[in-house]
Amino acid sequence: MIEIKNLTKKLSHNIILDSINLSVKKGEILGLLGPNGAGKTTTMKIITSFWSPTSGSVKIDGLDTTTNSIATRKKIGYLPETVPLYDEMRVYEYLKFVAEVRGVSKNDIKERIKSVVSSCGLKQVIRKPIEELSKGYRQRVGLAQAIIHEPDILILDEPTTGLDPNQIVEIRELIKRLGEKKTVIFSTHILSEVTATCDRAVIINDGRIVAEGTPDELIKKASGKEIIYTKVKGPKEDVLRILREMENVEEVKETDKEAEEVYGYEITPKTGVDLREYLFLSIKDNGWSMIELYRKSVSLEDVFKDLTN
Amino acid sequence: MIKIKEINWNDWRVIYTLFKKELMGYFNSPIAYIFIGVFLVMGNWLFFKNFYLIGQISLRGYFDLLPWIFLFLSPALTMRLWAEEKKTGTIEFLLTLPVTDLQVVLGKFFGALAFLFISLLLTISLPFTLVSLGNIDWGPVIGGYLGALFLGGSYIAIGLFISSLTKNQIIAFILSLVGCFTAFIIGADFVLLGTPQFLVPVFKFLGLGNHFFNIAKGIIDSKDIIYYCSFIFIFLWLNIKTIESRGWK
Repeated sequence: MIEIKNLTKKLSHNIILDSINLSVKKGEILGLLGPNGAGKTTTMKIITSFWSPTSGSVKIDGLDTTTNSIATRKKIGYLPETVPLYDEMRVYEYLKFVAEVRGVSKNDIKERIKSVVSSCGLKQVIRKPIEELSKGYRQRVGLAQAIIHEPDILILDEPTTGLDPNQIVEIRELIKRLGEKKTVIFSTHILSEVTATCDRAVIINDGRIVAEGTPDELIKKASGKEIIYTKVKGPKEDVLRILREMENVEEVKETDKEAEEVYGYEITPKTGVDLREYLFLSIKDNGWSMIELYRKSVSLEDVFKDLTN
Repeated sequence: MIKIKEINWNDWRVIYTLFKKELMGYFNSPIAYIFIGVFLVMGNWLFFKNFYLIGQISLRGYFDLLPWIFLFLSPALTMRLWAEEKKTGTIEFLLTLPVTDLQVVLGKFFGALAFLFISLLLTISLPFTLVSLGNIDWGPVIGGYLGALFLGGSYIAIGLFISSLTKNQIIAFILSLVGCFTAFIIGADFVLLGTPQFLVPVFKFLGLGNHFFNIAKGIIDSKDIIYYCSFIFIFLWLNIKTIESRGWK
């Protein structure tokens, strides 16, 4: 559906995007992840034909977004990061304008407005001027605008920034619902959002794709090394020595001190070995007491930090 | 590139929708009412101030004033057209719609022109007031209105182009005012006195003013019409070029 090939964008000698290759299948919800300034927004601006690439291409259903941009723009609904709306218009007037200019036929316009108003929950504000709307409602008007022509593809640039937690959940649900029928690309730097909504995630850093896969795959990739945390009551030096001498241990770090003689340690075992039972027994055999023991699971946050620093 | 044959009915529908949005944009904000108010009061007052002194039943005095009134008012109409879209970011929405840059520029141009046309229409009471005072020569009146529309169109084309160069409406206003003033004054006699001899015919031809006064005399010459159309075309073309070059720097 969307084919991005060797996409490069330079702005006054700064390389914003460096040879990005990406393909998005029909019906997929793809999360674009990355720190600020990584190139997420630029990628979206090029997919939507707002900017043209320096080199490389974006094709939508085989049509190039530079040479066939009117055709590709028709297939896309776009919500830019800043949620630009015409403030002096009323919500109804604005949606009508978008429907008209996007070529929705006259007979269908009322029906479509009704449908987006109900799916985005805009009923209460339909007669209000846009400048009077709260941030949450603006975001919903922005979404309504993006889906009014029933596009196959939705491009949403950080659709949940600046919303309160309840609104975030609502918008996320909406995206998920829309994603059942449409291809959705959205960018975010909230990682839980990716786990909650995406089929697949792409992590971008410095204009390059650094990782790609389902959220689970990404976590697995980075969690090749798992970490065991334990808190032991006993003399620090002896505990450290015993732990280091243990089989299948790669690294031991002392991390914190709770009280006299009570220290926390992080142990990195060799891949694929479950050390927990053996660890417990050897602490017990030395006459010390184990106060805590758990496996530290790697989160998407760790993956992200790892890949983008 | 602009290919004329590619324009079909559907393209005109898009231009019409954009045009409607721009025109409504004026009436949705206080700008429209302030503009029309100032335009009517200033025009009428300045005209009638001299009208009884001169004692002639003619609108000539009015059409002599009009270029100067337009000089201040048309930059006010065009300053926001691009600058505001750039400032609020709606330009990104507008230019990712399935519309060409040409369509957007034409929609904005005709939107502003239509507003100017409506304001001119409201001054139509002037010639009819004069009719009640005696005989009036309709040739210069019709010519004056037609010339005003072409002159206004040229001012709008300059202002629209300049608005696309900045995010700041005040800058757009001031630069447009300077631009329109220069284009208007360049062919005037007191400017020509100080220009080198070989440039005089060029300046005389290029100035917006001379062509306006020709038409306003009631002599509608195709030369003047073609001049205005080319003038407008050049600035709209420049406008399209600046819009196309977004995201290049």
